Amino acid sequence: MSVDVIMPQMGESVTEGTITRWLRAVGDEVERDEPIFEISTDKVDAEIPAPEAGVLIEIKVQASETVEVGTVVAVIGAAGDKPAATDAPAPTPSAPPAPKPAPVAAPAPGKPRSEMTAAELRRVRSTPVVRKIAAEHGVDISAIAGTGTDGRVTKKDILAYLDSAPAPATGRVDIGVPSIPVSARPGDKREPMTGIRKATSDNMILSKQYSAHVHTCFEIDYTRVDGLRRKHKARFAERGGKLTFTTFLAKAVIEALKAYPVVNAAHDGQNLVYRGHLNLGVAVALDRGLLVPVIQDADDLSMLGLSKRIADLSTRARSKKLMPQDLDGLSFSITNPGVFGSQWGTPIIPQPTTAILGVGTIEKRVCVHTHNDGTDAMVIRTCGYVTLGFDHRTIDGAVADAFVGHLKNTIETFDESAM
Amino acid sequence: MESTYIEAVREALIEEMEADERVFVLGEDIGVYGGAFKVTEGFLDRFGPDRVLDTPIAEGGIIGAAIGASLMGLRPVAEMQFMDFVSCGFDQLTNFAAKCHYRWGAAVPIVVRGPGGGLVGGGPFHSQSVEMYFVNTPGLKVVAPSTATDAKLLLKAAIRDPNPTLFIEHKALYRAPALRETLPGADAVGTIGRAAIRREGDDLAMLSYGAMVHRCLEAAELLEAEGVRARVVDLRTLQPLDDAAILDAARTCGKVMVVHEDTRTGGIAGEITSRINEGAFEYLDGPILRVTSADTPIPYAKPLEAAFFPQVTDILTTARRLAAY
Repeated sequence: MSVDVIMPQMGESVTEGTITRWLRAVGDEVERDEPIFEISTDKVDAEIPAPEAGVLIEIKVQASETVEVGTVVAVIGAAGDKPAATDAPAPTPSAPPAPKPAPVAAPAPGKPRSEMTAAELRRVRSTPVVRKIAAEHGVDISAIAGTGTDGRVTKKDILAYLDSAPAPATGRVDIGVPSIPVSARPGDKREPMTGIRKATSDNMILSKQYSAHVHTCFEIDYTRVDGLRRKHKARFAERGGKLTFTTFLAKAVIEALKAYPVVNAAHDGQNLVYRGHLNLGVAVALDRGLLVPVIQDADDLSMLGLSKRIADLSTRARSKKLMPQDLDGLSFSITNPGVFGSQWGTPIIPQPTTAILGVGTIEKRVCVHTHNDGTDAMVIRTCGYVTLGFDHRTIDGAVADAFVGHLKNTIETFDESAM
Repeated sequence: MESTYIEAVREALIEEMEADERVFVLGEDIGVYGGAFKVTEGFLDRFGPDRVLDTPIAEGGIIGAAIGASLMGLRPVAEMQFMDFVSCGFDQLTNFAAKCHYRWGAAVPIVVRGPGGGLVGGGPFHSQSVEMYFVNTPGLKVVAPSTATDAKLLLKAAIRDPNPTLFIEHKALYRAPALRETLPGADAVGTIGRAAIRREGDDLAMLSYGAMVHRCLEAAELLEAEGVRARVVDLRTLQPLDDAAILDAARTCGKVMVVHEDTRTGGIAGEITSRINEGAFEYLDGPILRVTSADTPIPYAKPLEAAFFPQVTDILTTARRLAAY
């Protein structure tokens, strides 16, 4: 009995993945759930575990190859099975990735391919590797001067073009990502973006173009929850949780989203889509880029449950152990640049959602407190700014401010019985 | 001391016979006469008549006897005087030796070796490339070395291999002075199933085996002067093929041509082309081309023979077309 190992779908819109590294070799015995290879997709880098225990008898897709989701990348056989190839672990044919067709201008518009001459086809279609490179860089082959047979664009031609020319940008031509020419100066180094960088790049520009971004900024007094945090920290730790300001903020966000469900909605251009589930994303900054793992149905969780889930997702994001479902279904997100010292920022909304909360640094500040008798005093309080980035097409400013006001109130008067 | 290709074959046999008393040789005129090509000259005196067997002119019998001896625990090396004659032992090889382990669990560790290929004016019965009959038969291994070192190391590997192995030497290489090499010592053994890069290059790849490897190297040298860097890959083993080396050549160079002395239709070029299509299509920057012999019997007359077998100029013509594609 053998089991196929497939390229998993790491996120809703992800259609392909690149194997970055094989952690086990053909012939190795593997345990069920033991990581056997690493992948990189538009959304996430992850280690993929073995679906069954057994012997890795065949690797069908080698490192650095990109294949469609669902492609069989390896085969695990029962213990004692022989590897498919006894000598060199030969890479067997892999399912080719489906390159997006490059927008090629045919010499005779409207002429079906079957009626084109071999010379015409050579000119506009070139060869598989050239079409692949063209698709990856969103380059129109017909715009390149070819030096091959019948003016065919050779691999060298397109590589030289990409090296010298008006910067190519990205394979995501479908969202109309703009590019500007960046001519290389002496000492410059041009390097292609990693999967996660490219995805971030595309998604950010897409969101900036798509949503009418507005930001509103509030100062929150965390003094009360800081006290609660100290008081209950040890109890949470005993039960496997990690009580932080983020736990309180997540809880307050959940309450505010329940009160203002439109902030948990998405905008499809024609309609507002009110989400039936409250799936809260918490951004994690990694050396290789930014990830937003998602707490599914966050409103079902207690404070302890929330604190455990946030710690778990962040740990697994760092160790590349996130699973596809950990990135699915985002409906609202929290990002915390405050840990890096930022007072407040203007975060970009991850699509397709409608708002994002940015948390600024939390620190002790001198505040003016008005006593009951009307006199004022300077007091030291634990404070920080939060910024809500929201899509003005979906939410008006008054609603956004009411949402953040709700959140602020929850934090400042936090109900200890919810702990 | 430098040795020729045929001396390398001879040295491999001597070393294996000295190291393992189960190894013995049998074939037509290999004892008293020392073999048609003198591979086993002196073997009779050295190893005695029990280990150097002169046989009747009957390849079916020779291979059948080798199979029987192997089943009784010996390691026979059967010589075909010319590889063309292996067809008389075809049934023994394809229906018995190739399937014995599969059917009955009994290994058949025999080597059937001898001179294949042409280029020496041998005509239709003494010049043929027989490899593809056997590449098409699962259960057999097929080895075709192009250098003296490989002839020695891969023959030793074939003798030690538990599978029935066709070892196709090239008669035009036997005494080629340019192939003289200092051979590795008695401890070295080759690995069946691995190709070798004989010349590095990344503009196009020439995949070949046997005598044609040297014509590819000659062509590659000339192409270098034209600014084309050709990688020359010596397949060395046709069954099993080294997929990794083949796909790497396709991925690195993007342009691939296969050169073989075997006839065109059903030659290994077709199989290699399919494997590249399946495994590296996206990396191709041109059609996979082949330079092969014609689909005819092998002519005896010199000018016709020259027209039949791939020449350096044929390889150059195809390589230039591919490089310019």
